[in-house]
Amino acid sequence: MSQLVPIPAPTAVPARRGVISKVVHDPLGVISLVALLLIVLATVLAAVLAPQDPARSSLDDIFAPISAAHPLGGDSAGRDLLSRLLYGAQVSLLGATIALLASLVIGLPAGLIAGYYGRTFDSVSSWASNLLQALPAIIVLLALRTVFGPSIWTSMVIFGVILAPGAYRLVRATVSGVRNELYIDAALVSGLSDTRIIARHMLRVVRGPLIMHSAMVLAICINIQAGLEFLGFGDPQTASWGSMLNEGFLNIFQAPQMLFWPGLALFLTSAALALVASSLRDALQAGAAKPVRRRSVKAPPAGNGAVPSDALLSVRDLRVAYSGGSVEVVHGVSLDVAHGEVVGLVGESGSGKTQVALSVLDLLPTGGQVTSGAIALAGEPLLGRSASFLRTVRGHRIGYIPQEPLSNLDPSFRIGNQLSEVVRVHLGLSRAAARDRVLDLLARVGIPDPARTYRAFPHEISGGMAQRVLIAGAVSCDPELLIADEPTTALDVTVQADILDLLRDLQQEKGLGVLFVTHDFGVVADICDRVLVMRQGEIVEDGPAEAIFDTPQHDYTRSLLGSMLDGRPARLARVKATGDGRA
Amino acid sequence: MPESLLEVRDLIVEYPSKGFRAQPFRALHGVSINVKAGETVGLVGESGSGKTTLGRAILGLAPVTGGSIRFEDREIGHASRRERRGLARELQVVFQDPYTSLNPSMTVGDILTEPLWITGVKRQAAKAQVRELLDKVQLPKDAVDRYAREFSGGQRQRVAIARALALRPKLVVCDEPVSALDLSTQATVLDLLIELQESLGVAYLFVSHDLGVVRYISHRVAVMYRGELVEDGDGDVVTSRPEHPYTQRLLLAAPIPDPIRQEANRANRHRLLAQQAEQDEQAGL
Repeated sequence: MSQLVPIPAPTAVPARRGVISKVVHDPLGVISLVALLLIVLATVLAAVLAPQDPARSSLDDIFAPISAAHPLGGDSAGRDLLSRLLYGAQVSLLGATIALLASLVIGLPAGLIAGYYGRTFDSVSSWASNLLQALPAIIVLLALRTVFGPSIWTSMVIFGVILAPGAYRLVRATVSGVRNELYIDAALVSGLSDTRIIARHMLRVVRGPLIMHSAMVLAICINIQAGLEFLGFGDPQTASWGSMLNEGFLNIFQAPQMLFWPGLALFLTSAALALVASSLRDALQAGAAKPVRRRSVKAPPAGNGAVPSDALLSVRDLRVAYSGGSVEVVHGVSLDVAHGEVVGLVGESGSGKTQVALSVLDLLPTGGQVTSGAIALAGEPLLGRSASFLRTVRGHRIGYIPQEPLSNLDPSFRIGNQLSEVVRVHLGLSRAAARDRVLDLLARVGIPDPARTYRAFPHEISGGMAQRVLIAGAVSCDPELLIADEPTTALDVTVQADILDLLRDLQQEKGLGVLFVTHDFGVVADICDRVLVMRQGEIVEDGPAEAIFDTPQHDYTRSLLGSMLDGRPARLARVKATGDGRA
Repeated sequence: MPESLLEVRDLIVEYPSKGFRAQPFRALHGVSINVKAGETVGLVGESGSGKTTLGRAILGLAPVTGGSIRFEDREIGHASRRERRGLARELQVVFQDPYTSLNPSMTVGDILTEPLWITGVKRQAAKAQVRELLDKVQLPKDAVDRYAREFSGGQRQRVAIARALALRPKLVVCDEPVSALDLSTQATVLDLLIELQESLGVAYLFVSHDLGVVRYISHRVAVMYRGELVEDGDGDVVTSRPEHPYTQRLLLAAPIPDPIRQEANRANRHRLLAQQAEQDEQAGL
């Protein structure tokens, strides 16, 4: 028997720092990993652990019962079952490793090249891989056995080739997924050769999924090999789990333990491999959040905090937290929006401005919750109300304009359908009346050919047009309040100016109150009557727009305004001023 | 007048379209631009104007269909990968999105040593150079062993700038390097770029959609519109008294952070739009 090739233990190469520790912290991962290590150890130490030579048979030991000399008993030829099981494990694990290596030797490089370069090689290799996958593995193995002879090792190499498409597809998909990432472009510009990029960047990405895949493949190989040997295609002279099963099957009524022990060994090994694979997958995908139902935690009861009724929207001492209340991102914000007033909520990323806006709409992302405070629309509290009540408020009384227009339209529905559905639900209009209303609205928001846009799918219109469509949707049910969350940030400057003009006109025409979330002081100066400056979950300054720009009170507002580039001289003007070529 | 470092002449870039015998999509319709050593040329335009494509073509990341790109009197429009590797010392890039332009599974040290490897710098010398680079972009020394994902947007962009400057290039293409950053971070990163330019003499081709940003950092400004270069000149002039109708619209569309001045600005914009519409109508008759 040849030297045992060490199994590429799933933990040998950490895909990322922390994966091992994550696996170790998963009880199932630890148990299966320990089981796997014990199996490998027992296999490697078979010569030491086995009570006797696996081939030594003695007439006295035929169907021997369990005893100190034969811990698992004897078989039909008077051989020791434990010894055969231990030596058989060597055949099983070695065979599986050979098949795995064969599949990786073909699948990994082919996948890397196909995913990285694409083009002809990709087409040819994908074609070959599809063909290989279409072949029935067992029949090919049996057919090729007559060509190459009865060696189980040859069979496992062939089986590895048949499994190569699995590795190939995985690697190809992963590599082509990151092929267009900017860091690969940066590596190209840095002058890294293709081999270096593949070795440094691509292998790193592929490593984790491939290790996971390998554990599964090993389990499959062990079972297929045992199956082949069970059918009698192995070497009858060497002990193997498959041949033990075969012998056990022949004596199933006389000595059921002969079937039981190799069966148990197969079960434990494949189960350990499969569980290690699944634990690794969990560890590698730990970044992806598990699906949680939105808002599993109930909002606080209404009425803790006095709410004046004269304002259109009042928020009092609002606190928003994530992770079950442990991470607070909004620390007691109070604000009012009067009828017909445009209030700007300004701040940098992470200031909590969007969290405030989403709290009003009861649309906080998963894990977020309002922990205390009060929100009222025209004196009517919104927090803690039923979902059906909030549904009638959203859309009907509060309109919402999001930041990314195109990702807020469902790509599989025509624009007209999406808009008219809202109108029909909220206003109870007939199909024809809803259509007329939507066409009027589309014309009102400055869409040149409303009928055509009504029939269009979202991908057929530009970002600026999509934002007009969403504005039409937001005002379609004559709301009292508009909440706009960075509505122009994703747009070109010229389009932004048009959209701001439209919003201003609509606001004045309908006397809307607007809560306008933005990071851009230029936009604030253009449209807002009053400004609230937010920093780290708190409002630090609140005042009329002119006052905030003329005489900012808080240091943070001053530093924000100070970092604006608009008022500063151009580089060339600074160069000319200093006269020595320096700016 | 100093010789041009980079000279682009009548550059045409076409992307193949999907479908049988489909017309290729022409992203650049014959663009000419030049950059001199140590200066910043700002490239402004809206999305789809071709400004990013021009930068990528210079870096060898977009297909050049026609025209020429000369860098230090060498034609690089159709440079092979081997020639590109040689160019890496002189021509570098800072991308827009500091979140995807750094490999999330590499440490900052790994990222910065990568370009040094190619030039065959020894391990110890590379370490010293990385420390020097971090110092230059004002990042703490312990950043070496940390992952890029542990840093904020502004800090990541500093890492990207350090990577671009590792080989002491003569030209860095900056593709919207501050667009993804917060206002206050924007200004500090721009100041860092200016400071590095003054101490190292590197030239920038600075691509941005933001007239204010371009005006702040550029000696000269070029304006792109629908795959063509429509205006090119002194940075101060182009960004305050533009001649081309598109640039005029762009200038007045940018809101001024002052309610009173912005109101006047808005009125001017409406006047300009009406005027231009009238002119178009007359031209059309």
